[in-house]
Amino acid sequence: MGQKLLMKGNEVIAEAAIRAGCRHYFGYPITPQTELMHYMAKKLPKIGGVFMQAESEVAAINMVYGAASTGKRVMTSSSSPGISLKQEGISYISGAQLPAVIVNIMRGGPGLGGIQPSQSDYFQATKGGGHGDYHMVVLAPASVQELYDMTVEAFNIADRYRIMTMILGDGVLGQMMEVVNFRDEEKNETFNKSWAANGHENKREHNMITSIHLDPAVLEQWNIGFQNKYKLISENEQRYELYNCEDAEIILVAYGSVARICKGVIKEAAEQGIKLGLIRPITLFPFPVKGFEKVMDIPKAFLTVEMSAGQMVEDVRLTVNGRKPVYFTGRMGGMIPTVNNIMTKVMEIKENNK
Amino acid sequence: MFLNEIIIAGFGGQGILSAGRLLAYAGMLEDKEVSFLPSYGPEMRGGTANCMVVISEQAIASPVLNSCSALIVMNNPSLEKFENWVKPGGVIITDSSMVHTKTKRTDIKVFEIPATQLANEFGNKTYSNIYLLGKLINETGCVKPENFEKALYGILSKKRHYMIPEEMEVLKVGMNY
Repeated sequence: MGQKLLMKGNEVIAEAAIRAGCRHYFGYPITPQTELMHYMAKKLPKIGGVFMQAESEVAAINMVYGAASTGKRVMTSSSSPGISLKQEGISYISGAQLPAVIVNIMRGGPGLGGIQPSQSDYFQATKGGGHGDYHMVVLAPASVQELYDMTVEAFNIADRYRIMTMILGDGVLGQMMEVVNFRDEEKNETFNKSWAANGHENKREHNMITSIHLDPAVLEQWNIGFQNKYKLISENEQRYELYNCEDAEIILVAYGSVARICKGVIKEAAEQGIKLGLIRPITLFPFPVKGFEKVMDIPKAFLTVEMSAGQMVEDVRLTVNGRKPVYFTGRMGGMIPTVNNIMTKVMEIKENNK
Repeated sequence: MFLNEIIIAGFGGQGILSAGRLLAYAGMLEDKEVSFLPSYGPEMRGGTANCMVVISEQAIASPVLNSCSALIVMNNPSLEKFENWVKPGGVIITDSSMVHTKTKRTDIKVFEIPATQLANEFGNKTYSNIYLLGKLINETGCVKPENFEKALYGILSKKRHYMIPEEMEVLKVGMNY
């Protein structure tokens, strides 16, 4: 057991990245993730790292592209509107098969929207907000401790598969404080990075990092390689939490801070004699189909709860594939679903599925 | 079961968020589960500010509260906004120097402490939140006073540690008010 600290989510992500060996950070400030940047600005120069506040989000993501090409562990972070600006770079980095970690502490949109928490960037994160047939691995922590653990893990996944990994949080997770345990020494896996463009001193062939392949036959092969990689990731890396699912009448599906609210709903429902369970996807890409298969026969229905108009619910419907009814409830624009909002929907579903 | 769900609300600059952080820190020192959720953004700079603190013996389901067991309010709008959030049998503690309306609730305990006035008389207006925290600690037992003191040492920068004996004095006044 290492140190036990009361820390803000955003700062924990930064500390975890540093402990994971990240020494390069490029970003541009935006509420509600700016504390992450502050922390990096304070710490990185003291430990031989590079912190740069870029002139824009577009510049920051391209600095990430450059640093990642050299095989260094690199991170950027932003919130929804800033992540939209980074999409071109994300597509290029993904096309060039480079490992990098990006954090989105989501706020309400579209456009500049507001600064309150939201989950309305699910599509952008999991389906590819940039162009081309690419995916990032998307991790959805639900507590400050998980922000720590998953940030460390994000770097390992990124290096293991040469892929961009996104931490998808929201304003609640970024701003809240909880107790976090840092391990004394982070066990960082080491990876062979013989692909890196980091100077060959005439001792080997030079490495080329690019996303351009003008011959369609070559580009198709390149894409087939991507798809095989995503298949492998889906086999190896699906993560989820099943909570209270044994003989649950309805199983809630929620990620991030909304999953926490759903746990409160489950407690309240139990007091009224209603048995609810929860599937909490921890990886949003790959979507944790395996978790659903484990509990598919149990409930009468699934209820997806999101801070959006209903985005993850599409993946839930694809996974359930008509075997059970799938319902949705959510709030938008920075409003957080209340226990009452969710209980009202639960009662409606009970009435419909007598 | 030991579960304290606390909301602290007022204007930015009244020490609302510091008060919440101190409680959460003290709770951590008692090996309780704690969460602290501040309002953020423009609210922190002169608008209304609030925070939600949970101190519990069990794992905390949600840091986002829709109701609370105790409420500290330091301005009128916060009383209006949150008075109906308090569960029956709960506690409202107001800074009566700042809050001039009365709660309509009759199913809860209400304590009115002229905290801003007391702090001004004491000679440091930044202590107003500490009077109210004193009452909260006394009424709910959410954390022990000695751990609150340790939290002050843990959170305040070293150059402010000289203030802590005074703050503990103020806390005791609040506890017994």
